[in-house]
Amino acid sequence: MTAVRSLGDTRDVGSTASGGGAVETHPVRRRRRRRLTGATYVPWLFLLPAALIFLVFKFIPMAEGIRLSLFEVRPFLGDIFVGFKNYATILQDEKFLTASWHTLVLAGGQTVGAMVIGFFLALLLEGHTKSLWFVRSAVFLPVVAATAVIGEIWRLFFYPAPEGFLNELISWVGLGPWEYIHSTDTSLVSVMFVGIWKHAPYDMVLILAGLAGIDRQQYEAAAIDGASTPQRIWNVTLPALRPVITILLTLAAIRGLRVFTEVYVLTGGGPAGSTDVWMTRVYTTAFEQSEAGLASAGSVLLFLVTLILTVSVQWYRRRREAR
Amino acid sequence: MSTVNSSRFDSAIGWSARPDAWVSKGIRFLFSALAVILFCGPLLVIFSGAFDHNPDPTKLSVIPANPSLINFQVAAENQIWHYLMNSLIIAGGALLLQLSVSVFAAYALARKKFRGQAIALLVILATMMLPEEVIAIPLSLVIGDLPLVHVSLKGTLLGVILPLGAWGFSIFVMTEFMKEIPNELEEAAKVDGAGELRLFAQIILPLCKPALGVIAVFGFNMIWEQYLLPLIVAADPSDYTLTVALLALRSDDMVGTGIVLAGALLALVPSLVVYLSLQKSFLRGITTGAIKG
Repeated sequence: MTAVRSLGDTRDVGSTASGGGAVETHPVRRRRRRRLTGATYVPWLFLLPAALIFLVFKFIPMAEGIRLSLFEVRPFLGDIFVGFKNYATILQDEKFLTASWHTLVLAGGQTVGAMVIGFFLALLLEGHTKSLWFVRSAVFLPVVAATAVIGEIWRLFFYPAPEGFLNELISWVGLGPWEYIHSTDTSLVSVMFVGIWKHAPYDMVLILAGLAGIDRQQYEAAAIDGASTPQRIWNVTLPALRPVITILLTLAAIRGLRVFTEVYVLTGGGPAGSTDVWMTRVYTTAFEQSEAGLASAGSVLLFLVTLILTVSVQWYRRRREAR
Repeated sequence: MSTVNSSRFDSAIGWSARPDAWVSKGIRFLFSALAVILFCGPLLVIFSGAFDHNPDPTKLSVIPANPSLINFQVAAENQIWHYLMNSLIIAGGALLLQLSVSVFAAYALARKKFRGQAIALLVILATMMLPEEVIAIPLSLVIGDLPLVHVSLKGTLLGVILPLGAWGFSIFVMTEFMKEIPNELEEAAKVDGAGELRLFAQIILPLCKPALGVIAVFGFNMIWEQYLLPLIVAADPSDYTLTVALLALRSDDMVGTGIVLAGALLALVPSLVVYLSLQKSFLRGITTGAIKG
């Protein structure tokens, strides 16, 4: 970026001093430079489509959302300015508080669960042979399947009767029958399980990339020192994976906080609100109760939390790197 | 000695380092098979279930017990092809738009030096920090009444396509890639008198094929994954995409859950085709994308 700026500056000096004699002595050089840099509006022309779409479908809605969060929205009657009342209402709302608790549990559980499973998958499937490549590709399929598809198939697996697909399977090892997403006790764990199942292979790919970057001589040295396999994993592999794990944690936590589709398809927030998360609550508030102001305040709050999370992780990473 | 050791640690576990490599190979095979069953099995059930006539909602099959196309016939009566068409038009249109917007923007960001470049990059970064779920509610209002032109896109496929037309991730991946292209090529073409558009289309773009693969497969995946957006843009159920419509096709009197399995299969196949044909790009994109993001 410094290179960009210095080049721009030299050109500016040249153009402001164009009346002076010094520049006139190198007319050829000046013309060539201008031709290489091109007209200044050209880059903006190339950026225009992206800028237009971002403006209309990202920034205007964001601004509109912040504005609406300060109003009581009444279609056809005119909105009333209420200040921060919507925020106060949401932060005192029993259902939103429960939903935020569910969201945190779900995000935390899915993040940690997917990472642990992904780590073991990566250890299992690290290597260069063709058959390992095949297994990795197969295991990765849940990541590419659309969440709605995955939600529908797991909903069928979770059939609560003893003859249900999953209940029959677990009965072979003497477990069940469970009610999964149909009981308030197990619904959140069941949704979490589906999330872990979908996201673990994604974490696996990133951890595999991290594993590939570890210096083999470190393993060798650890083995010569007489370290056992678990010791080697704990003392060599895990510390080397720290950057990858930080990235995964951030990505997964943000993804977890904004979770919507899994929950909406699997349970719709039920039974009895036992899987209601922040975004399903916002959706219900906006489209079923037609409280756009309240829903916008909920969205803005979610945005602030993700923003704080992202910025603090970035800050923490910078500080670590600086040390 | 050293060559033996380095091959011993081809993996963190040191699979081939065991004194009894035969046993370790067996263990690894067993666990790999388990992993494949666990992660692919549920998707396999969609395949077999979609072709199985079986009205009992509790029963799902790994091998069709009663092979038939009746699930698809019933699904067709419930407009499944219409929903699939909606999905495919949205995917095609939005992907084409997203790819063009990304290469255009990346060309400016990577190959040009101009005032305000840092700000442009920052703005795009900001869009990536803005979760799409957060703006869903006001976005539904904006789509119902576009600023300045006051046109409503509610209930149109364009209402889903346009918001997906620009994606910060694709722009960044493309920009990083274009930065690597050596300057000499461009300068030589300029000396030959090539104009801006020719430079872009004939020199830079052909060199970007690998990155185009990455952003195409990621873009498709992102578009196919969309759920909340088509849901809020729809004015009535006939505007749904296939993934959203699954919710309305959950059960049928005659074929039971077979109808949703048929729909799920149709929604799954395009993802699988794109992934399997551009797999290398996909895996490369995950690692570069996550490290950049």
